[in-house]
Amino acid sequence: MNSVAPTRWTDAAMRKRVRRRYSSERWFRGLGLAAVALSVLFLAFLLYAMASKGIGGFSHYQARLPIDFARSDLFLDPATLRGSDAAQTVAGADLEGTISKAATAAYGPSAERMFGDAAVARLSEEIVANPDVLKGQAMFWLPVSSKVDIAAKDQSDSASEQLVSALQQKDALKRSFNGRFLTASDSTDSSSVGVWGALKGTFFTILVTMALAFPIGVLAAVYLEEFAPRNRWTDMIEVSINNLAAVPSIIFGLLGLAMFLNTMNLPRSAPLVGGMTLALMTMPVIVIAGRNAIKTVPPSIRDAALGVGASKMQVTFHHVLPLALPGILTGTIIGMARALGETAPLLMIGMRAFVAAPPGGIADPATVLPVQIFLWSDEVDRGFVEKTSAAIIVLLLFMLVMNGLAIYLRNRFERRW
Amino acid sequence: MSLGLAFVAVLIAAAAAGWIGRARARRLRAAGRLHSLPIYHASYAALWAAIPALLILAAWAPIQSRMVNQAVLSSPEGKALPAFEMQRDSILSEAREIAHGDREQGFNPESSSIAPRIRSAERKYATIGGALALLAAIAAAALALRRVRPDFRARTGVERWVLIMLVAASLIAILTTLGILLSLMFESLRFFRLYPVHSFLFGLEWSPQTALRADQAGSSGAFGSVPLMWGTFFIGAIIAMLVAVPFGLMSAIYLTQYAPARMRSWLKPILEILAGVPTVVYGYFAALTVAPAVRDFGLSLGITSASSESALAAGLVMGIMIIPFTSSMADDSIAAVPQAMRDGSLALGATTSETIRKVLLPAALPGVMGGILLAVSRAIGETMIVVMAAGLAANLTLNPFASVTTVTTQIVQLLTGDQEFDSAKTLAAFALGLALFLITLLLNLIALRIVRRYREQYE
Repeated sequence: MNSVAPTRWTDAAMRKRVRRRYSSERWFRGLGLAAVALSVLFLAFLLYAMASKGIGGFSHYQARLPIDFARSDLFLDPATLRGSDAAQTVAGADLEGTISKAATAAYGPSAERMFGDAAVARLSEEIVANPDVLKGQAMFWLPVSSKVDIAAKDQSDSASEQLVSALQQKDALKRSFNGRFLTASDSTDSSSVGVWGALKGTFFTILVTMALAFPIGVLAAVYLEEFAPRNRWTDMIEVSINNLAAVPSIIFGLLGLAMFLNTMNLPRSAPLVGGMTLALMTMPVIVIAGRNAIKTVPPSIRDAALGVGASKMQVTFHHVLPLALPGILTGTIIGMARALGETAPLLMIGMRAFVAAPPGGIADPATVLPVQIFLWSDEVDRGFVEKTSAAIIVLLLFMLVMNGLAIYLRNRFERRW
Repeated sequence: MSLGLAFVAVLIAAAAAGWIGRARARRLRAAGRLHSLPIYHASYAALWAAIPALLILAAWAPIQSRMVNQAVLSSPEGKALPAFEMQRDSILSEAREIAHGDREQGFNPESSSIAPRIRSAERKYATIGGALALLAAIAAAALALRRVRPDFRARTGVERWVLIMLVAASLIAILTTLGILLSLMFESLRFFRLYPVHSFLFGLEWSPQTALRADQAGSSGAFGSVPLMWGTFFIGAIIAMLVAVPFGLMSAIYLTQYAPARMRSWLKPILEILAGVPTVVYGYFAALTVAPAVRDFGLSLGITSASSESALAAGLVMGIMIIPFTSSMADDSIAAVPQAMRDGSLALGATTSETIRKVLLPAALPGVMGGILLAVSRAIGETMIVVMAAGLAANLTLNPFASVTTVTTQIVQLLTGDQEFDSAKTLAAFALGLALFLITLLLNLIALRIVRRYREQYE
């Protein structure tokens, strides 16, 4: 047997070795921290980039505009504007021409196109609310066109910059909250667009998704966890649920296109079809969350209920399901949040159409918020950049609320057995 | 009568049956003991009234639309329609919209004259179907109500119906999988009838055009999928993974092995937010912020071909999106390594990093590899980032600053905008979809098998 000399921890070579090992330990640890920190920084930068670009979309510049209706060739009689169809009558008048004439009169020829669709909409609202302004001269604060708006907030072409500084010298420009962004729908003019139509479409779509995916998902989870015998069928169901949860979302869009639109002839671009497509996508998520929640309910509860004479069905629906519900709801909300942010499958079933009117029901053509963001991001007009980012802020806020709700539910109601 | 009205009528009939059943059972209970509670007698009658009738309605809807089509086509106006199927279908669908009041007028003058035919035929067949369903509901309810007796086991009957509903709900998962497979395969077969399979699989050129006329110049569209597959692989499996794997792995190691519990409970949810941000937001971020920066970087390196729609920008952002996913997969597989191995290594005097690198990671490697495969499958199925940030040019290139295109980008490109459903261009999207579905399925199966076998090893 060979005898090995004991390690001499104190000699120089060994000390150096230990030092090197400790320094490599510190390096490794630092690398780990750097990876985490960089990931968090990515997130912070992403949120910052969206917020800094988008916050401007919630405000807009308004310019003061004196309009002399007596000298304009606007053929509107205040007396005819008392009825309920006043809005239609005003819409028929050439307000755009009146505005551009008044702007030219007040600020010179370069101001001819300084107001856009948003100003027309605002002026017609004011006239409907108070037809008597038509009798003489009146002063209005109207939202400026997107070109002037960009020039006032940021940089733009020199003509618009000059106009803005001229307006500022006359104290005829003010910045204010853009309420229209939350109440209007899609439009071709970036100064008058809003997210209301997209929000309504999102609401209807998620409603359909929820109404289909939640009951089906919960029932399937109950069956698989409480009733299913172990056989080939059950295995097939399990395998297909696990696979469906990993299928790319665009494939569900193709399914929706081939099945709901081309075979069943359901209406294109409708929240009904969008909701059904997203429901197929969300259902596996709910089933998996539901099964995990049901699994955590301890068997003693089932045994106790069976012991006092409840049937298997009563045990499940009176005891197990209510106890598992917080967990199921948490999973459902997370699944819904994912469906809310989904874009690709909805593009496949035609929800990318230009829809200027908010949908009235689940069968009307509509668009949803993520698709609206995608559509606006494709626009050439520079005014859409901040609107896109502003819409992203709205979407992220919704995600935050839903995920916060899920976390609250989990902390408040989930029981540890 | 429309089918919607029949649906409401069936529901009303079911509610009425339930109410009558409950009233009868209550009366019986006053006389003596019942086997089942009155609410079960009520549910029994209502379920028998509703379910068969609703099934009849659901089965009737497709029958009705076929019957209506036949009736309309055999009418004198229908016979006058053009024989060319695509044109006829578009006229018919326009006429259907007019008949339902969704639009005032079609582009084709014939549709207005057919609309009243459709309306009357629909009314006729809906009345037949609705009456059938309602009759079934009433008959079934009557039979069920006759069985309300003290010793009748209504609860067992109700529970049988509930069990049937449970089974039906779980069968929907299989039906969805089948639906995906069948619809993709059906449309792909139609595509391969127009375009040979081997040219699709091995063709090096992708330029999807279809001819309007046969003699048109450049009429032969090329549907070689190799450039798309390469682009998908390049962005999703190489560039994205170069970001996601080191970051995800190191974050997982730091969070599980080094970070104090307090810090972990903060950092982990923050990392999860990265996975919760909608992909369209990442896409916009990639296109607006990252892509120009990457192009400028490329130009400063002297690469003149740097495109503003580069593979690098899309891949980088996709990698960031996948970080939490790879991190949690790595987390799981490191946690699955038995504590004894870690303790043994530490007891021999290894530092924490030596334990991680020489013991934990090799032991967790199969699990980590499985997780990476799952991440790849997720990355190549991702759509919005590449649609918004990667280009449309189908290049076979290794240059990350050049523009490449992916399978998902092309699916979106082929299927959005005005399209007729029979052209090779539209059908090609389904063939691409089938390829994507099969590839991701294969990746998932392999990954799950690796992960499972590895778990068994330590149990």
